Amino acid sequence: MGEIVFVGLGLYDEGGISLRGLEEVKTADKVFVELYTSLMPHFSIENFERISGKKLHMVSRKELEEENGEAILKAAETGKAVLLVPGDPLIATTHVALRIQAEKLGIKTRIVHGASIISAVIGLSSLHNYKFGKSVTIPFSEASETPYEVIAQNKKVELHTLCLLDVKAEEKRYMRIHEGLESLLKIEEKRKEKIVAMDTLVVGIARAGSTNPTVKAGFLKDLLSYDFGEPPHSIIFPGKLHFMEAEALMVLAGAPESLKEIVE
Amino acid sequence: MPKFRQTADILKLMSKKEDIRNIGIIAHIDHGKTTMTDSLLAEAGLLSPKIAGEARALDYLEEEQKRGITIKTANISLLHEMENRPYVINLIDTPGHVDFTGKVTRALRAIDGAVVVVDAVEEVMVQTETVTRQALEERVRPVLFINKVDRLIKELRLNPDEIQKKLIRIIRDFNNLIDIYGEPEFKEKWKVDPSKETVAFGSALHKWGFTLSMAQEKGIKFSDIVDAYAKGEYQALPQLLPLHTAILDMVVKNMPNPIEAQKYRITKVWKGEMDSEIGRVMLKCDDNGPTVMCITLAQVDPHAGLVATGRLFSGSIKEGDRIYLVNAKKEYRVQQVSMYMGAFREVVGGITAGNIAALLGLDLARAGETLVDIEHKDAMFPFERIKYVSEPVITIAIEPKHPRELPRLVDAMNRLSIEDPNLVTTINKETGEYLLSGMGELHLEIAVKFLRDYSGGMDIVTSRPIVVYRESVAKQGIEAMAKSPNKHNRFWIQVEPLEEKVIEMIEKGDLAEEMGRKRMGTVLKEAGWPTEEARNIWALEEHRNIIIDLTKGIQYLREARDMIISGFRWACESGPLCEEPLRGLKVKLMDVKLHEDPVHRGPAQVMPAIRRAILGSFLTANPVILEPVYKIGVSVPAQWVGESSSIITRKRGRILSSEQRGALTTITGYIPVAETFGLSAEMRSATSGHAFWQCTFDHWEKAPESVAAEVIRQIRERRGLSPEIPSPKRFIDEA
Repeated sequence: MGEIVFVGLGLYDEGGISLRGLEEVKTADKVFVELYTSLMPHFSIENFERISGKKLHMVSRKELEEENGEAILKAAETGKAVLLVPGDPLIATTHVALRIQAEKLGIKTRIVHGASIISAVIGLSSLHNYKFGKSVTIPFSEASETPYEVIAQNKKVELHTLCLLDVKAEEKRYMRIHEGLESLLKIEEKRKEKIVAMDTLVVGIARAGSTNPTVKAGFLKDLLSYDFGEPPHSIIFPGKLHFMEAEALMVLAGAPESLKEIVE
Repeated sequence: MPKFRQTADILKLMSKKEDIRNIGIIAHIDHGKTTMTDSLLAEAGLLSPKIAGEARALDYLEEEQKRGITIKTANISLLHEMENRPYVINLIDTPGHVDFTGKVTRALRAIDGAVVVVDAVEEVMVQTETVTRQALEERVRPVLFINKVDRLIKELRLNPDEIQKKLIRIIRDFNNLIDIYGEPEFKEKWKVDPSKETVAFGSALHKWGFTLSMAQEKGIKFSDIVDAYAKGEYQALPQLLPLHTAILDMVVKNMPNPIEAQKYRITKVWKGEMDSEIGRVMLKCDDNGPTVMCITLAQVDPHAGLVATGRLFSGSIKEGDRIYLVNAKKEYRVQQVSMYMGAFREVVGGITAGNIAALLGLDLARAGETLVDIEHKDAMFPFERIKYVSEPVITIAIEPKHPRELPRLVDAMNRLSIEDPNLVTTINKETGEYLLSGMGELHLEIAVKFLRDYSGGMDIVTSRPIVVYRESVAKQGIEAMAKSPNKHNRFWIQVEPLEEKVIEMIEKGDLAEEMGRKRMGTVLKEAGWPTEEARNIWALEEHRNIIIDLTKGIQYLREARDMIISGFRWACESGPLCEEPLRGLKVKLMDVKLHEDPVHRGPAQVMPAIRRAILGSFLTANPVILEPVYKIGVSVPAQWVGESSSIITRKRGRILSSEQRGALTTITGYIPVAETFGLSAEMRSATSGHAFWQCTFDHWEKAPESVAAEVIRQIRERRGLSPEIPSPKRFIDEA
């Protein structure tokens, strides 16, 4: 029996992988990569193949989900299979299904971590990691009111909410900050619980992990028209701010001076 | 050219509701309905008396002319004077052929009374029964016209005594139908009786007819008519006993006017709240109430576009009115209002409640649509979906001989599917085939002729007809669990057979999705469902499948609900046995586990899991194939009864009854649709062409196991599926 090593690609481009991860790729019998769970706009398969000296086999959502990752499991029966995943490999919860399946079949599994969008976004925002509540993805479909509910729950206990934005890699659609905010405003219109309003403080983060990220804190009405540039985008709804958090938002993320009054 | 000099007169009268009658003429094929209609037309001055009877004005489509049968429903308004008082008779023509009974049902919505035409020689036939039943089910009052009495005299050479016996038998048989199919509060009142002027006798071809009181008034005895024929003087009869007087007097005297009729018919044809504003104005047939109209016919006119015809139940309608179509959920401005005169539409300024109107400019209107004043769009409860007695059970694939003509064929198919809701046109995306499904071989044959006409005479190649089947279950299946593709969501589903009683309620329209969940729940509870099941019905799918939610307190289930319903509908489209639609299933959602984050439980995750859980449980529920079964009626002279019966039984059919009437015997029975190909030739040769018969779709029936296995094999082969039926394991996951 062989093994599957889940290797995190880190963020943004082929430079995000760790040296340990790269070593696993170089010694693998077969290397798979999935690029549908999040957007790595500057990841070049060609460059990566050159650096690692290995051919990459792209796997689609269909192959991993509907076909239960059979191709990977098969490769792992006799040798070492590596699955490259954007960010930190098991933070995209979907791959845990493959890991369980492999172990059930007697295939060993290991993880080589990579930088995660979660820590990158939180770090860029300067908000304290200790104070984040449940996170949530804002989907393209407007049927779900879960994001609104999650923000409300966190707010109630004064916690921050990290909102990831939906990715439809197959259609090359990546939700942008203003789309996410508009979607929440529509739910607000229906529910009228004053959770998301024009004067709500919001932090928008674009291209976390790249050399040119954008971080902007401000009131929702101002962020709706703010140009964040290329995706990927994320949103944070801060809960109660510690004075250091408020100061950081003003100095590092261009939050309005009036924030001071909100905190004190 | 017909003259229209009476349009203005009729229009003026249309607002006097006491003097309006909305009626239809219904009959078994060839019993003389169209001939009679033409005599009535002649009287209204739209056609000269001479050509009525030959011109068959209502059969204006070339196709109808050629075949000599009526296919499309047309409408006409007539003027009739009785005792110096003018009446407007809105006459809805209904087709006589059995394959098209869906149209009969639709026309019945708009009318309050029906003249049932019965051939004196052939007597009450299979379709007399069908159409009379349909009329009674829509609370349409029938009267009887016994036609072709001349043939009893000339051809059968019966003496007056024998004629009388035959006529009495027809009346008795007809009243029998009213007894069987009539509602208790109406049937005694509606039984026909010559002494009450609810029966007329005559010859539509020779344009004479009479009721008993009319004959007495003129001092004419039956023997006088027999004599007239004996002496060859029957040409004098139309002057003495004009057919239109007999029929239209009978109509005016017995049929309710719209005010009387709507009092008791609205509660039958509309399921909304009678105590609402709209309910009250419709019951009163009030011109001043909100406009409410039920569209009963949609036709595509190559010049005018879509013409929507229907009955105005309240208010008035005029050009420029802003209205709302409830099912299409769309607002419109009415471009033109017209009334019917034979094949022609006459533009009029406006039409008031209780009448039949034709409207232009409503391109999404279809038969069965509800039209309402824009002001009341949110308050309007739609007329229930018009229920069809027949279902499409036969399919053919069609293609143009020259592939470049495909776009024109597609246009023609679109037009035809708008006009004929009983025809289902589909494109098989995998094979690129264009499919037509209809109610029988003749229905499809005629549909193809229409397509040829509509597309300017193109050559169309058709495949052999294929019978449509259904997949169902015979017992309760296991509680099957399926995971979503990402494995983060789990659904437990159990299927079982839906009660026959409930299926019947759906067929009758007593249970329909339009009612909303609450009303459906109430109806199901009354039908004996446990409260928990009845109040949690989520959706009712067109092939008589129901999904109910039996879970409790599942977080986020509300957000997944629509996706679960979509997955359910998807599963019902094609079953695991051979990809035929599922029918008669009660699908119970037993438990659900969902992922926390909405993108991990989107439609792409939920729908396939629901489908698999349904199909998995289905396969453990003793799955069966249902085949469509026709009711067949054969009229044949006594010496060929044996041969005819044995053809039916040899083809897996069964005989229900065999009844001798005069020289002819009527055999009634059931026969599987699959066995009817080639029936024509066999019947003809076995009876030397003396048998007349027809088939109507009657019900779905479990196919015998040996037949089912062969059906599954053939369909799987045709669809390019592997020969083995999948095992439940393919759909059910382990926890």
